Amino acid sequence: MSSNRKLKISILRYDPHIKDDKARMEVFEVDEAPGMTLYIVLNDIRKHMDNSLKFDFVCRAGICGSCAMLINGSPGLACSALTSKMDSDITLAPLPTFELIGDLSIFTGNWMRGLNEHLETWIHTESDKDFNILEEVMEPELAEEIYELDRCIECGCCVAGCGTMQMNENFLGAVGINKIARYQLDPRDKRDDEDYYELVGDADGVFGCMTLLGCEDVCPKNLPLQSKIAYLRRKMLQIGK
Amino acid sequence: MKITYTDVLIIGGGLAGLRTATGVKERGLDTIILSLVPPKRSHSAAAQGGMQASLANSKMGQGDNEDIHFEDTVKGSDWGADQEVVRMFVNTAPKAIRELAAWGVPWSRVKKGERKAIINAESVTITEDDEAHGLITSRDFGGTKKWRTCYTSDGTGHSMLYAMDNKAHEDGIEVRERMEAMALIHENGRCYGAVSRNLINGELTAYIAKTTVVATGGYGRLYSVTTNATICQGMGQALALETGVATLGNMEAIQFHPTAIVPVGILTTEGCRGDGGLLRDVDGYRFMPDYEPDKKELASRDVVSRRMTEHIRKGKGVKSRYGDHLWLDITILGREHIEKNLREVKEICENFLGIDPAVEWIPVRPTQHYSMGGIRTKYTGESQTLKGLYSCGEAACWDMHGFNRLGGNSVSETVVSGMIVAEHIADYCQSEESNITISTYTIRKFLDDEKCKLEKLIHKDGGEDSFILREEMEEIMMKKVGIFRNGEDLQKAVNELEDLLKRSKNITVHRSTSLAANPALVNAYRTQKMIKVALTVAYGALLRTESRGAHAREDYPERNDKKWLNRTITSWKDENQTLPDVSYEEIEINSMELPPGFRGYGKNMNIVHPHSEVRQYVVDIIKKDLLKSGADRFAIQEALMPYKNKLPKKYQGLNERLSERFSHE
Repeated sequence: MSSNRKLKISILRYDPHIKDDKARMEVFEVDEAPGMTLYIVLNDIRKHMDNSLKFDFVCRAGICGSCAMLINGSPGLACSALTSKMDSDITLAPLPTFELIGDLSIFTGNWMRGLNEHLETWIHTESDKDFNILEEVMEPELAEEIYELDRCIECGCCVAGCGTMQMNENFLGAVGINKIARYQLDPRDKRDDEDYYELVGDADGVFGCMTLLGCEDVCPKNLPLQSKIAYLRRKMLQIGK
Repeated sequence: MKITYTDVLIIGGGLAGLRTATGVKERGLDTIILSLVPPKRSHSAAAQGGMQASLANSKMGQGDNEDIHFEDTVKGSDWGADQEVVRMFVNTAPKAIRELAAWGVPWSRVKKGERKAIINAESVTITEDDEAHGLITSRDFGGTKKWRTCYTSDGTGHSMLYAMDNKAHEDGIEVRERMEAMALIHENGRCYGAVSRNLINGELTAYIAKTTVVATGGYGRLYSVTTNATICQGMGQALALETGVATLGNMEAIQFHPTAIVPVGILTTEGCRGDGGLLRDVDGYRFMPDYEPDKKELASRDVVSRRMTEHIRKGKGVKSRYGDHLWLDITILGREHIEKNLREVKEICENFLGIDPAVEWIPVRPTQHYSMGGIRTKYTGESQTLKGLYSCGEAACWDMHGFNRLGGNSVSETVVSGMIVAEHIADYCQSEESNITISTYTIRKFLDDEKCKLEKLIHKDGGEDSFILREEMEEIMMKKVGIFRNGEDLQKAVNELEDLLKRSKNITVHRSTSLAANPALVNAYRTQKMIKVALTVAYGALLRTESRGAHAREDYPERNDKKWLNRTITSWKDENQTLPDVSYEEIEINSMELPPGFRGYGKNMNIVHPHSEVRQYVVDIIKKDLLKSGADRFAIQEALMPYKNKLPKKYQGLNERLSERFSHE
């Protein structure tokens, strides 16, 4: 691909640690290069135009979930956003809901940890297993199904893209509901549906979802969030009866 | 002055750090993890293809055991590994994978009956046994005799890291995220913790601990093109180096992975070739069988990377504006297989290359991937020279990989080393000796030093731009300390890095002057440290005048056991020196279970050590006699190289397999 485009990158800037700093849009012009992603664009800007620009990249390969931001208003991973697929005017803003560190950098860690602790997203089982002996068997298809849901990278896109979240900040979001769907599927976790009902069987959980399903539209891992929310809702309805 | 006390301070929240944390917590100790990022974002998540453990469940893994895993690993290391450490590792790996299974990793499983597979470009049918159905399966990886690499599709590291972090939540492990260790606090040869900087608000805190563990991963970002995450900058190695007391081992041992995509350097897993993928050149020709008729694409990583480079040098590369590359062809595996077992690869191809790997070939070239070197430790994980400082995982050199690591052995090592080192740490912490005796006066001094350094960077005018120095360093490493090395280029690299080091003392943070979240400030102090670490790599490579594993000298192509069967030890005793101190640690042949031999790639050019032959003779006699007297493989191993006294008791048990049952007490 040859390209002579000049990209106009508008970035919402604000540093809460600088006294009297004001939120503002700043525009940077960058010469587009073949195969360019927003990872390359933002590092270029930091290196050559403004070294104070804050953003988060870790893996830069679409697997760690660090670089979620609003790209032209929609949540997505910046590292895997090819500029060639976008208009030359690109607007970037930090993901809402999470604590802002500055500019495009957000702190998802405390939010996700809170969610995980609340939902106890670990295998509940008898301890003191003997790991010298053969592992417990699992059906190959079931392992694949669990992995499918285990692929969530906690990027926060579904949270930012969630309409319900705008009205109820205690809502678990698709990320939380998907996690429960994952453990509910896993026979190694000895919790039963009544236990899960306690966790997600209310308006902050599966019954709060307004089924706008922005979550599934924006999930960078293409998780089947819609069907999992529906599935879990049916399950929980049976318990709640 | 802000001080926090704990028993075990762990720097780094990836697989190694998390597993160490749960291990010491289980032993009743307090622990705090400092992590640059939320632990689930750690680079461990990037491990795609799998974890080696000799479970021997699948058909192609049958007959596998610790002995074969041991032999593969030692050969892979080009005899640089500590064989006792390798023994500890291979005995613990099956337990580690089963533990992770219990904690939630959805390992891919054996399905009984027939299945199709691609081996050596041909479709074959493999029939899995009924009794193996539902047990953890495995795939083929380079440099292994058996199919030993267990996996969850190609998201193995991700699943392991999530299970591990979730376990840490269950155990109530305290993690301080967005925290960076700036300096180790030490006095009289004993480490007492670290000064840490909060990357959000800039606050400095002294974490004081009985033991400090560095589990910060490798130093791939010294190179301009690497598969490593942006945070793999060698800061853990720099922390150790800057104490002037702790030492680093084999820093020049750098692995290049054969198949990272061009230009961005993102990895496509070895599983691509393990599952039957091929390497092709500009003519579409499959060239690896010409170079390595036996193992072909599945030769050891260092070998495949060198062969690819050789082939490109012959003009057989595909030209591109980012330089020459070759093709990885996985189209022959079929769409169904790719979408099930190589889905991350598929997503990477779609997102970063805009191609569909089920119908198009993937542009790849060898790219910096793994750091075999690291903080030199004893088998316990403790620094050989700084008491109370421990290290494990990729950050450390305890030394399991020698000069080349096998694919699938790294994630395996992270967890296994965490398990083992945690036990040694707990033993130490529960001894009288571990009491903290450092004064607040000394702690304040360390805090003040860091504060001064930061303020100097911010307030000085007209100095060097760290972004420029950093780029220069990355280019030097890439061009002169790469896959093939030679004395002339290495000498230039050392000179140029030395010059960069001097310039780096004069770095100024232009424009951005906040002491809170400030990427320019972070880049400034990290660049200063990275250049030092780069010098340990380049200088070690210059001095090592032989080729061993991933360290390939064009001017010294032979492996020279006579002179170089040793580990490079570097340290930085005086802050004002501009080159590291270098010494060597002999690797003793007379106690080896597997004496040095030919690795089986290319032409045998080894310069043999006289002891090798003698030791081989002794080993053969011991084996023969014991076999005659009906001894089993465990008794033979014990006679050749006893190691069990070094392995924590809880990991000494025999590993059960379908074909090997033991009565466990």
